[in-house]
Amino acid sequence: MEVPILRQGNYLIATIQAALSDAALLELRDELVKRVGTFRARGVVLDVTLLDVMDSFTARTLCGIAHMTKLRGARAIIVGIQPEVAFAMTQLGMTLEGVETALDLDGGLAALRQGTKGGGDRGR
Amino acid sequence: MTQKTEGQALGQPKDKGTESLVSELVAYLREQREALRRQWVEQTTAKGYLADLTPEEIEAESAIIYDTCVGCLETGKYDAAQTYAARMAKRGLLHGMTTEQIIGGLATMRDIYGRSLFEHYHHDLARLSAAALDIYEPVANKILSIVAMTFIEERERVVRQQLEAMRELSTPVLQLRAGLLILPIIGLIDTQRARQLTEGLLRAIRANRARVVVMDITGVPAVDSKVANHLLQTVQAARLMGAAVIVTGLSAEVAQTLVTIGVDLSGLNTLSDLQSGIEEADRLVGYRVITTEATTVRNAET
Amino acid sequence: MAGEIRVSIDSEADIVAARQQGRALAAELGFSSGDLTLIATAISEVARNIVAYAKRGEIVLSHANQGSRRGIVVVARDEGPGIPDIAQAMQDGYSTSHGLGLGLPGAKRLMDEFDIASQVGQGTTIVMKKWARRHG
Repeated sequence: MEVPILRQGNYLIATIQAALSDAALLELRDELVKRVGTFRARGVVLDVTLLDVMDSFTARTLCGIAHMTKLRGARAIIVGIQPEVAFAMTQLGMTLEGVETALDLDGGLAALRQGTKGGGDRGR
Repeated sequence: MTQKTEGQALGQPKDKGTESLVSELVAYLREQREALRRQWVEQTTAKGYLADLTPEEIEAESAIIYDTCVGCLETGKYDAAQTYAARMAKRGLLHGMTTEQIIGGLATMRDIYGRSLFEHYHHDLARLSAAALDIYEPVANKILSIVAMTFIEERERVVRQQLEAMRELSTPVLQLRAGLLILPIIGLIDTQRARQLTEGLLRAIRANRARVVVMDITGVPAVDSKVANHLLQTVQAARLMGAAVIVTGLSAEVAQTLVTIGVDLSGLNTLSDLQSGIEEADRLVGYRVITTEATTVRNAET
Repeated sequence: MAGEIRVSIDSEADIVAARQQGRALAAELGFSSGDLTLIATAISEVARNIVAYAKRGEIVLSHANQGSRRGIVVVARDEGPGIPDIAQAMQDGYSTSHGLGLGLPGAKRLMDEFDIASQVGQGTTIVMKKWARRHG
């Protein structure tokens, strides 16, 4: 496994590296979905701080991870999208609709613990 | 009209005849140097073109203009004109000179020298046409246009610079409380400004670890579907960084217009005014505002 | 600065190489850091397109001048099946609704110039350009 998956209490944390291959990303997805069941995790943090480019494949796959882990009872939250990457994503039309986000790992864990919907939600 | 002698019509390659005519022209103008300079100083002073210069500077200027014109005429090259133009552009902008002043000095030179040629050749219309119309006029006009263009380009460059600086200043991102940013936008939003605004906001979100942004657009005069889309994208980008954006200051008219056009604003969290926006932001971040006994402000003893 | 950089696209592993080379060249040309990300993302999208539909192709990176400004030129070409309806492929929302991931309209939005030529059965060539913004 290229991407190490850490466990912190009920949560799984995956830190995604910069030049991650497609195959490795898909492997991460399958592994996370599996481990959510194995460890009965309640949350998954996908840390993309190191990603310098988020293209359509990566965005789609991350959304996929979020939806799949949700089906198995864990909330997924994507953290660490950098300003330039966020801007490029909106220009590309990738908004990660329906997927929770937070600024960084701390923010992501805080959102998961509070049970509040992680960052950026309308909050009404 | 005037008769043209053989081989001197416009567009024909320079021949011995033309070359000798150029030399003749240059020689004549050199001979008339003092007279031409004097006339130029008188006229430009009278018209107020060089109002910010001392008499000595005006004298010096008259020589530079003369040398530039005759030099270009003689060599057929316009380097001297380019140099003069660059100098005038910088100087003109520095002193707030008007276009009339910049161009006026040169136009006066063109007319004075041109008239001088008319006087010199008035007995020989064919030569006048060949000398003045075909040789001198294009040179004088080209010098004029070089200076005009350079001045305009320089002014545009300065305006762009100032606009850029203004843009930076006009969308400050302010931290109201920890985790809460305010972005008051004033002025028109175009694509470039929207991008600058967004990039600034995203960096501020990261730097301040903000979770909520109140973006106030009361000061944005024109909100059409394009601007609405820019704002939507800004909101989407902020959300990707985990920050919620509350948009305030959308006037009733704008709201009606956008809905009528069919812009989908369901992605926006909007409130009518800044205060409501801040209250909502406080709620999201988890702040509660408590009113205590106000302290009286004591007037300063005079 | 190299005249031209060719990156052969044979598998998805080459997508990263193409965009990293693009980012490096753009950095040399003086693009802002925000623009570097836009360019790298656009390259990633067109390279991905090659891998997904044509299986193989190449990305050629070079620079150009337009008056006083410098720019990066990205040519993505392949000899794949070609795109039967370019207008449709360039329509926003088409790719997302069909899940085809044709990031072409997206790539177009990220760059300043975007031209695409395609022949069914022969292949596709995309030329994208971005100009470094002048300051002062």
